Amino acid sequence: MNNGPDTDTVGRPPSERRPTDWKAAAVQRRTRRRYAAERRFRLIGLAAVWLSAGFLALLLASMLTQGIGGFRQTRIALPIDLAREHLPVTGDQVRGRGADLALAGAGLENAVDHAATAAYGAEAPDWLSDGAWLVVRDAVKRDPSLLRRPATIDVPVTSAIDIAARRDGPAAAEAVVARLQARGVLSVGWNLGFLTSSDSTDPTRVGIWGALKGSLLTMMVTLLLAFPVGVFAALYLEEYAPRNRWTDIIEVSINNLAAVPSIIFGLLGLAVFLNTMHLPRSAPIVGGLTLALMTMPVIVIAGRNAIKAVPPSIRDAALAVGASPVQVVFDHVLPLALPGILTGTIIGMARALGETAPLLMIGMRAFIAAPPSRLADPATVLPVQIFLWSDQVDRGFVEKTSAAIIVLLVFLLAMNGLAIYLRNRFETRW
Amino acid sequence: MVDHTVKAFDADIGQLRGLISQMGGLAEDAIAQAILALQRPDPVLARKVDADDKAIDAIEREVERLAVRIIALRAPMAVDLREVVAAMKIASVVERIGDYAKNIARRVPMIEGAEGGGHRIEPISILPSMAAMASGMVRQALDAFAARDPDAAVRVVESDKALDDFYDSIFRTLVTYMVENPRTISQVAHLLFVAKNLERIGDHATNVAEMVYFAASGSQMADHHRGGTLSQSAEEQR
Amino acid sequence: MTFPPKIQARDVSVFYGDTRAIDHVSIDVAQDNVVAFIGPSGCGKSTFLRTLNRMNDTVASARVDGQILLDGEDIYAPDMDVVQLRARVGMVFQKPNPFPKSIYENVAYGPRIHGLAAARADLDEMVERSLRRAGLWDEVKDRLDDSGTALSGGQQQRLCIARAIAVDPEVILMDEPCSALDPIATAKIEELIHELKGRYAIVIVTHNMQQAARVSQQTAFFHLGQLVEFAPTSDIFTNPREERTRDYITGRYG
Repeated sequence: MNNGPDTDTVGRPPSERRPTDWKAAAVQRRTRRRYAAERRFRLIGLAAVWLSAGFLALLLASMLTQGIGGFRQTRIALPIDLAREHLPVTGDQVRGRGADLALAGAGLENAVDHAATAAYGAEAPDWLSDGAWLVVRDAVKRDPSLLRRPATIDVPVTSAIDIAARRDGPAAAEAVVARLQARGVLSVGWNLGFLTSSDSTDPTRVGIWGALKGSLLTMMVTLLLAFPVGVFAALYLEEYAPRNRWTDIIEVSINNLAAVPSIIFGLLGLAVFLNTMHLPRSAPIVGGLTLALMTMPVIVIAGRNAIKAVPPSIRDAALAVGASPVQVVFDHVLPLALPGILTGTIIGMARALGETAPLLMIGMRAFIAAPPSRLADPATVLPVQIFLWSDQVDRGFVEKTSAAIIVLLVFLLAMNGLAIYLRNRFETRW
Repeated sequence: MVDHTVKAFDADIGQLRGLISQMGGLAEDAIAQAILALQRPDPVLARKVDADDKAIDAIEREVERLAVRIIALRAPMAVDLREVVAAMKIASVVERIGDYAKNIARRVPMIEGAEGGGHRIEPISILPSMAAMASGMVRQALDAFAARDPDAAVRVVESDKALDDFYDSIFRTLVTYMVENPRTISQVAHLLFVAKNLERIGDHATNVAEMVYFAASGSQMADHHRGGTLSQSAEEQR
Repeated sequence: MTFPPKIQARDVSVFYGDTRAIDHVSIDVAQDNVVAFIGPSGCGKSTFLRTLNRMNDTVASARVDGQILLDGEDIYAPDMDVVQLRARVGMVFQKPNPFPKSIYENVAYGPRIHGLAAARADLDEMVERSLRRAGLWDEVKDRLDDSGTALSGGQQQRLCIARAIAVDPEVILMDEPCSALDPIATAKIEELIHELKGRYAIVIVTHNMQQAARVSQQTAFFHLGQLVEFAPTSDIFTNPREERTRDYITGRYG
């Protein structure tokens, strides 16, 4: 018992506890230091978040500002009177199938060149893009009356003039542009052809559709292969496999497989699918197989974690009412683990989508001017296309490269959006 | 026996036992002093015994309160439960014993103050040894409770037979005395009641012993031990 | 006892690897009784409970010696179908574990996987009957499509009991069913156990001795994997024969 607050501390036995003085200077100092540490930590964390957000914003901004130009195109107003050219086609021939062939055979390309010469002088045909006459062709197909009356059609200019018109190009081109601008015949419009056409040697005519379709086909093969195999492997390893040395080895191998550099998978694909199995080169099926090899361990690991996260009590509950192990897995464990598995799958797929190296190894770097229509058709994929374009000398490809990157990023964002949607859709709380 | 994990439980049980033994001590004193008051005779001492009985009643209420609290707060089980229940019942029995002592004390003025007062009734001299025997049984029963000793409890029950025999002989002596000294009938009748009270105290000590036996062993005492009490109650009914 | 016991355990030992968790336990569970298993943590009472419907099979290293007979049939015989056994011997767990599905689906799951209901109407009736028996019907009849996990803890546990009795088991094992519940919910479960008694043989593991005293007719005290004492509940709690039992139930367990 204390006699009062003022008892002497000298005679106090050592075991007796002195009440802590929470107002003492040392304690206060410690408190202040603690608060300072808290504040410091918050600031550092915040700075890290802002830094990464800043880098992301910088990346997006630079891609957008550069890439947006890839979707724009300078056009020149071309007065053309096809009636004067006496093209040997009838209005009926330009309707329906065979119109392209009929118009090409009738010398429409020459007619366009004539029109350009007539309008802007002898050099003018060189200013037009190689694809200019195709624009005229499509216009004729839309409106066959153009065959009989004069009209003015906006046609794309060459890459050099395009660059000169929108930024700064070679001096000669700049001069042409200045002249044309003085006449007020240049205009800038959206280049929707970029999304619908395939690779080309002319930057004004290139499109991303071939690579996009190649990517879609490749991803389809990868998903169809890697998802079921990965999920079943994960389910078996988590739910059925006995815990012993062999499963340990398998687990370690899978973890290592997920860390193997992707180029190794490319070499593997080259050796197995092309050289041994003699599958077609550059085909989405081979690309898909190779990327599936790479994606599967990621799905297995994500799947195992998701399955592990399903509370054991749910398994017990199902077993206790007499569910067989398969019923436990498919009625309870899999539905509960699915959001996690899907998230892991999408992450793996996103990685596969952005992969270049292994696809280069299996020959998906060829110049492919037509979009693939079957899995065995030669194709390329978005990142490879970007890689190829970034290598081109023609300055017109610079913008196209950035535009392709935008397409790739949009594709990735769409996949991630799908992942978030699926997760929310299937997520069950317990 | 090992201590409870919850130390306060042991403290509660200890307090309960303390109260019971305190009560037992008071009851023994009351018997002894009542008999002393009778023997001397000493009406002042008799009144004091009468007044002191309130203390025993107070402890009984205290035991009851504590027992209820232990049951509510500690949820005693098995031996603890039996002990708490036994303590509660023992307290009320000891309170009855105190009442008998008080009853004896209250008869002192009637025996002393009646006609022919001062005249010694000889048989009064054997009552103290009967009282000593009865209070000895009470003490032994309570000691058995303190020691959780069922064997000691059995011995208490067995000694009740001797007390009953004692009572029988006093009964005969007093009846003979009444026949021989008709003038003292009212005093001797009171003495008869005193003897009967002492005999009842022995019966109650036996009840306590049976409770102690149950508390300590968990089973009821076998009938053959209680032979004495049974024959006694048969005689009572006669 | 006129009928042979529902469950007869004979000389049962359970090993986890080399560790003996249950040491030669023999016990009979009567058809119309509630039997409580009590004992300190790690005494093996839950392990023993889980051997009664072979839930220990999920633990790879577990091994069971001895015999456990359900209606005279050895449940560890090679030809015993575990799935059917667990339908006959239902189980309720410590933590309420309803499936993250609707209340209706929770109860209907068992009958559905065992093909007990021929038509939707049968299933509806089974669900209602089970929920009524579990004393939950009036509380949930208007929201059978709500998630089972949205119920309160006590309701969840009664839902789990309804789920267990939906497959019409013969025995219900309960592993500390009230340890996660408040006293009112606990009382409701205890009342429910009282009502289920007679229809099912019930074995309940509990840490709460008062609960064992309240709900059971017979109590088994386990200590260090051994069955120390198995006796009528009133005897165990007023006059245990074994010193270890006495020390445990009076709170002297060291």
